[in-house]
Amino acid sequence: MLYIILVVFGMINIYSTRFSDSTLAFWDLGSPVGKQFWIFVLCLSSLPIVLFIKSNFFEHLSYFFYGLSIVSLIGLFVFGQTISGATSWYLIGGFSLQPSEFAKITTTMVIASNLSSIQTDIKKKNHLFRILFLIALPMLLIILQPDAGSAIVFMGIFFVLIREGLDLRVLYLFIALMVIFTLTLLFGPIFISAGGLLVLFFIYLLIKRAAPKTKKLPFLISFGICVLFSYSVNFIFNSVFEQRHRDRFNVILGLETDTRGIGYNINQSKIAIGSGGFLGKGFLNGTQTKGDFVPEQDTDYIFSTIGEEWGFIGSSLLVILFTILISRIIYRAEKHTSTYSRVFSHGFASILFIHFFVNIGMTLGLVPTVGIPLPFISNGGSSLLAFSFMLFIYLNFDANRLNE
Amino acid sequence: MIRKGTLLIFTVGTCLIFIFQLISLQLFNSDYSELSENNAIEKRPVYPNRGLIYDRNGVLLVANQPVYDLMVVPENIEAFDTLELINGLAISKDELLTQLKKAKQFSYKLPSVIIRQVSKENRAMFQEKMWKYPGFYFQKKLVRDYVVPIASNLLGYTSEVNPSEVSAKNNYALGEMIGRQGIEKSYENSLRGTKGATFYQKDRFNRIIGPYQDGVYDTEPESSEDITLTIDALLQQYGEALLQNKRGGIVAIEPSTGEVLALVTAPSYNPNVLVGRQRSENFSHLVNDTVAKPLFDRALQAEYSPGSPFKTLNALIGLQENIITSNTRFQCNQGHYYAKNAFMKCHCAMGSSNDLIKGIYNSCNTYFAKTYLGLIQKAPTPGEGLDRWRVHLEKFGLGNYLGYDLPIGKKGFIPNSSYYDRWYPKGRWGGTTIISNAIGQGEILTTPIQMANFTATIANRGYFIKPHFKKSFSQKEKDSLFSKNYTLVEPRHFETVIEGMHQVVEKGTARIARIKDIEVCGKTGTVENFIRLNNKKTQLTDHSIFVAFAPKDNPKIAITVFIENGYWGGRWAAPIASLMIEQYLTKTVKRKWLENKMLEGSLMDEYAKPLSGKPFVINE
Repeated sequence: MLYIILVVFGMINIYSTRFSDSTLAFWDLGSPVGKQFWIFVLCLSSLPIVLFIKSNFFEHLSYFFYGLSIVSLIGLFVFGQTISGATSWYLIGGFSLQPSEFAKITTTMVIASNLSSIQTDIKKKNHLFRILFLIALPMLLIILQPDAGSAIVFMGIFFVLIREGLDLRVLYLFIALMVIFTLTLLFGPIFISAGGLLVLFFIYLLIKRAAPKTKKLPFLISFGICVLFSYSVNFIFNSVFEQRHRDRFNVILGLETDTRGIGYNINQSKIAIGSGGFLGKGFLNGTQTKGDFVPEQDTDYIFSTIGEEWGFIGSSLLVILFTILISRIIYRAEKHTSTYSRVFSHGFASILFIHFFVNIGMTLGLVPTVGIPLPFISNGGSSLLAFSFMLFIYLNFDANRLNE
Repeated sequence: MIRKGTLLIFTVGTCLIFIFQLISLQLFNSDYSELSENNAIEKRPVYPNRGLIYDRNGVLLVANQPVYDLMVVPENIEAFDTLELINGLAISKDELLTQLKKAKQFSYKLPSVIIRQVSKENRAMFQEKMWKYPGFYFQKKLVRDYVVPIASNLLGYTSEVNPSEVSAKNNYALGEMIGRQGIEKSYENSLRGTKGATFYQKDRFNRIIGPYQDGVYDTEPESSEDITLTIDALLQQYGEALLQNKRGGIVAIEPSTGEVLALVTAPSYNPNVLVGRQRSENFSHLVNDTVAKPLFDRALQAEYSPGSPFKTLNALIGLQENIITSNTRFQCNQGHYYAKNAFMKCHCAMGSSNDLIKGIYNSCNTYFAKTYLGLIQKAPTPGEGLDRWRVHLEKFGLGNYLGYDLPIGKKGFIPNSSYYDRWYPKGRWGGTTIISNAIGQGEILTTPIQMANFTATIANRGYFIKPHFKKSFSQKEKDSLFSKNYTLVEPRHFETVIEGMHQVVEKGTARIARIKDIEVCGKTGTVENFIRLNNKKTQLTDHSIFVAFAPKDNPKIAITVFIENGYWGGRWAAPIASLMIEQYLTKTVKRKWLENKMLEGSLMDEYAKPLSGKPFVINE
């Protein structure tokens, strides 16, 4: 099963990143690999339990779990442990627990539950707002930690909403706004306004030729939105964002090259991956990895270690594995007759996708730095536990599909 | 359909973009591999110890000694007792503070040198207090140790390579030692050996965290080669002692092999002053001494007129060219008129009639002037005669570099016809114009080692082997490098000249050089010399010269002694040469009175004369 391959591969790489520390034993609880191993064992042993629970158990308890994770997120502000600036962890014994990882499951569950109820119609505004509120609440709590990276993951649920009938124009608008956002940062709002005017004018002319009765108003409004958004992006970027956020965007867009300061992570990560070549330097032989050049290389930047030590073969294989996993989940999801199961599976796929896209994109220097882990691979108990449970619940639904 | 496929399209699209980026990073961009290597792997050279230098009898002359640089890693410094550090290591507070500041500017995490080459004593005292100074430590380094402090100019010295050498010769790294002069320079490659390399894995602070790949790429240094010199340390030391308070040079050669037994130049310096912390200060002292010029090797670089020893060569050429025979006699009346109104003085008694042997041992100017005139005038033109003479001299190793294995030297000068044609155009010169060449004055210039070499040639009865300083050559190298260079003079002519030279010591101008039970052959020289003083050509006291070899049959040593402004040949040069020969051949010196006279004799007053600014008398 893909899951086991991914986790074992992940552990091997964590082992590699920490190899220089001392000789590590898999069963040693004190070491990162040891912890990861025991959590893996824990996950595997819980697999039969999760699989044999009746599917509607999750459906009925969705709101309960959701409430539980909201409470735990609020509780963080009182009991939480601050690690590198973010109050995201509970410290229980030797383990630290990150509720935001579990909030991903419960939010997906609650959205699934909501959408599956017969009354709910996503096309109705008040229903849509209720769903958006359910997503926004944990997001807001997580942003306040502050851990904006984890919050971004919840954006993935939009894919689910689109699947379930959200107006497609939202998708187009979102894509258009992303493009304008990027272009504004690159060229400035004046160019974008002028460019937007030109593009819209041409589209108008084209459509007008086909259908002469086309009104001008929608185009003027979209132009207005375009200009307004472009200027607001400029304003927000310069006034609302913190410098470190600005830096991350600037580095990715190539507006700034500072390989020692703000661009250090990405530069070192690219060096590590690039130096891997076709076959890689071999397990435990990554010079970048041993030298600790890439920060957070056992968690967020673990893909750089994979790229260096396993080369093109290993890293592209990993990318393909993830693609297959996500695609398969989507494919199986479509076969569900129960809305709840379908939405949950889709949500799982979406969240996986966001992690996959943001994390590997970041290590490859394609996406601005956002500190979220690579599912199943990165070092981190909460993440592995949460994703494992999510996978098992998905498997449960998949296995019980015919029983419904 | 769009709704169902959105996420799938995004996923597959992302997958393709990632793989595309991986291809561009990993398969098509080699920059990153290099960057990674610069980044994470450090190659550190491992130096073999510099080769040792021995004398011909296996006496260790040059070894290596450890010195210690005080290093600091600023990050690790804690508050420390500045005063104790300053006193303990004998540096000023300012120096310490500036070096510390520099170190911090360079890096907080990497070591920097605070004090170079702390003396052994200071280090020993300070070592036990080092626990009080976290962040500081001593780093060992090897520098030269001149066990027997002799032959400084011959051995040369070492110093750290300068930045231009680092870029020119790739295999040198900053901080590495390089031979600067003498043997150290000539045999740099052998003495240095080949450095190895150790590869280290670095972390992101550039700190070494361990060997790279458990050292599979490491290379061992190839050990350097020890060098055995032809020099006899005892003879060298003795020569240096004899030349103290004098200026000049001694060159002693083993005629049968061309091995240089001693190469003395005076004044010189103790080679150990160019080692250690005071090196640069001492070096500028030596360089700036433009009067005594201690770095100037008079034995190799000083070009003097050879004076009377040159008469032996003219005699040999005269014999070979059938100008004279061993029985040819010339009249001498305290000199002779070689042209109208041109008289060459000689110290022969009135009415002397000299044959060749007597001409040599009495150093008769007239005899060799007439021989030389014959050489020039017998040829169809003076030019041809002169050039024929020059060819002979070139075969004795004159007028060009000898090709010995030290980096410095001079060609000397033997004039040819075009040289005089330039001074006296249209053939307005003849034998009488250049008559001074007959007695080793005039335009001829030779270095002491060239004189020692032609003496060795006479001792060998007609050939020389290129003088050299390294003894430890393989037989094959010896055969190819050191073949016999024959002169154009037939061996039978040498016996007469050698007999003349023997008589020089037995009853001629150098009777003081006689050694009991050893047949010494020699020839004195007294060389007029001039300097420009206040823009006026001023004559100084004559140089004292002696060339000799011994024993007469099967010679073991050929020697030249040159004492600047020592007056006549028998005064300084002949006794010193004689003592050197006695020392070398018998390993002891019995004539203590002569030895003491030479050791204690000083010419410093003589050298001070032209610098005094007052009028002075020469040859007193």
